[in-house]
Amino acid sequence: MASSTRRTLIWGLWLLLSAGIGLALGYRLLGGAEQTVFMPGEMSYAHHQFGVDCQACHGEAFAGGEALQAACLDCHGEQMRARDDSHPRSKFTDPRNAALLTRIEARECVTCHLEHRPEITGPMQVTLPIDFCANCHQDIATERPSHEGLGFASCADAGCHNYHDNRALYEDFLLAHLQESPVLADPRLPVATAIAPHGPALTAMAADHPPTHALSAEQFAAWAGSGHAAGGVNCRDCHGGEADLEWVAEPAPAACESCHGAQVAGWRLGRHGMRAHEELSQPLPPLAAADARLPMAPDAPGTPGCTSCHRAHDFDLVHARVEACLGCHADPHSRSYADSPHAALWQAEREGRAPPGSGVTCASCHLPVVERAGAEGEARWLAEHNQSAHLRPNEQFIRPVCLNCHGMGFTLDALADEALIERNFTGRPAGHVDSLDMVAARLRDAPTPAGGAGTP
Amino acid sequence: MMDRSLFAVALATPALLLTACGGGEPAAEGGITPKQMADALHAVMEADRTVYTRRVVNRLQNKEQVIQASEHFEDDKALPLPAQMFRFGAEMVAENEAAGFTYSLQSLWPINDQNAPRTEAEKTGLQFVADNPGENYYTTEALGGTEYFTAVYADTAVAPACVTCHNDHRDTPRSDFEIGDVMGGVVLRIPVGGS
Repeated sequence: MASSTRRTLIWGLWLLLSAGIGLALGYRLLGGAEQTVFMPGEMSYAHHQFGVDCQACHGEAFAGGEALQAACLDCHGEQMRARDDSHPRSKFTDPRNAALLTRIEARECVTCHLEHRPEITGPMQVTLPIDFCANCHQDIATERPSHEGLGFASCADAGCHNYHDNRALYEDFLLAHLQESPVLADPRLPVATAIAPHGPALTAMAADHPPTHALSAEQFAAWAGSGHAAGGVNCRDCHGGEADLEWVAEPAPAACESCHGAQVAGWRLGRHGMRAHEELSQPLPPLAAADARLPMAPDAPGTPGCTSCHRAHDFDLVHARVEACLGCHADPHSRSYADSPHAALWQAEREGRAPPGSGVTCASCHLPVVERAGAEGEARWLAEHNQSAHLRPNEQFIRPVCLNCHGMGFTLDALADEALIERNFTGRPAGHVDSLDMVAARLRDAPTPAGGAGTP
Repeated sequence: MMDRSLFAVALATPALLLTACGGGEPAAEGGITPKQMADALHAVMEADRTVYTRRVVNRLQNKEQVIQASEHFEDDKALPLPAQMFRFGAEMVAENEAAGFTYSLQSLWPINDQNAPRTEAEKTGLQFVADNPGENYYTTEALGGTEYFTAVYADTAVAPACVTCHNDHRDTPRSDFEIGDVMGGVVLRIPVGGS
């Protein structure tokens, strides 16, 4: 009898516990609570910042593979098109590739980029064995005898090939840059196009803040000396409307967006602003410096918005280009900047000893000034605020950044030298990338007939 | 989008006997056959391709010499090659799953090896249109669990720009093309059954 009662009690407790756990998990899944309890593994460096928002990738109540693919493209699709993706999905939807797809399902991003699998995640967030090119290109040595004997694990070696972006690595491009010096004759980076003034230049006397929101003398002076005042941007243009109640003490990036749309859009796609990306189910608070995966200064303020780097009121671009970055980033590459040749060039430009564009700052490489079509199709030069856009693989820096000042051979060697990168390019590349030599040899062995061209 | 089941019915109709070099099969009542659809699509492709080759590339590059055509047309500030224009269109159609067909430009003498025939139907079809000028090749094939009506049309050199570019290219496996030669083929597929 006692045994039977105990059994009933155990069953009852088990049922109660099961129901409780079920309800708790159900609430977490469907009730809007944080869902990280379901996370099957640690998030990758690319996505960990919004890892608490499962729906950002998986859709409503885990909508399935199509939603997952759509989520990848929501954030990365435009960038892939801009990169002139060498392996777009459309290359694989032709039925003639059906046999290839049984070896590698190249139509889906997750075939190569699985999330939650840190134990198999390699460079570029690739979760396949690194020799995956062999699935389709096993006869490459027939097409390119120079590749005979090269292992498929070496295809993506620095300076050789990338799966998606080969704009700086295709044969004719290398050919056009065969004989270049380590430093070009007029090494200068592009300068951003000035934004059209909002109105006539303003003085401190013209500031239109409401009397209830007094500013300090320093704030006045900062604004009056800023590009905003020179361009006719008054207090209310950023802080709010006519009525005092509409005044916003600390305007969000959305306030900046009306004039700096491309920059804010880029910021939301990069590491600094992805927690405010519109594809998240709700904006997340700025990442605490302690949660960053790169080494950060202990007192790093984090990246809540535009003013974190640009500062409020003076919007000092000099500050934003170096000091703002080094206020947070404390990795060896960042800490080596001050003593680098690039920093010396920037110092010379700041002191007026060198022309605009000749100095190299953190922003010069990580937020490079790139050409973008304006509203009327006109060319504009803007700072790319998605600082992840060129970061990995680092050959993406070649065209918008490195080749403005350096020859291709030096550039390839430098970008392949991880120790040199860590020293912030202080010194010379230790190794050599063979790509240019291979192109030169092929040109010698199989010269282009008159008027002909090579293959990408 | 064409109703795929209509094509399946049309294929199963005894009156529609697809042969290797295709004849003038009667249309299924109330609809069109896959062959008719393929021929119509190819007529548009061929016309657009010829117009671009003759009236844009050949005129501006070879005759008036005002701009070059280049496979790196963005870097070279040049015109896309006719084959690239054709491929870009094929890729846009490939992205549109509602289009109900796919097509590609291939060759027995490809500059890029990825454009060599891959399936048995492609190999047989490209050889057929090269050996039989003026004729098309039609067949069905199963790929990835789906049955396709596959048509292959000859791609013929219509302007000097075609032969000079192919003959002179560093990667060409053949450099004796002349105007009027079959240089490759357009492979067009319409799904007609299976999953």
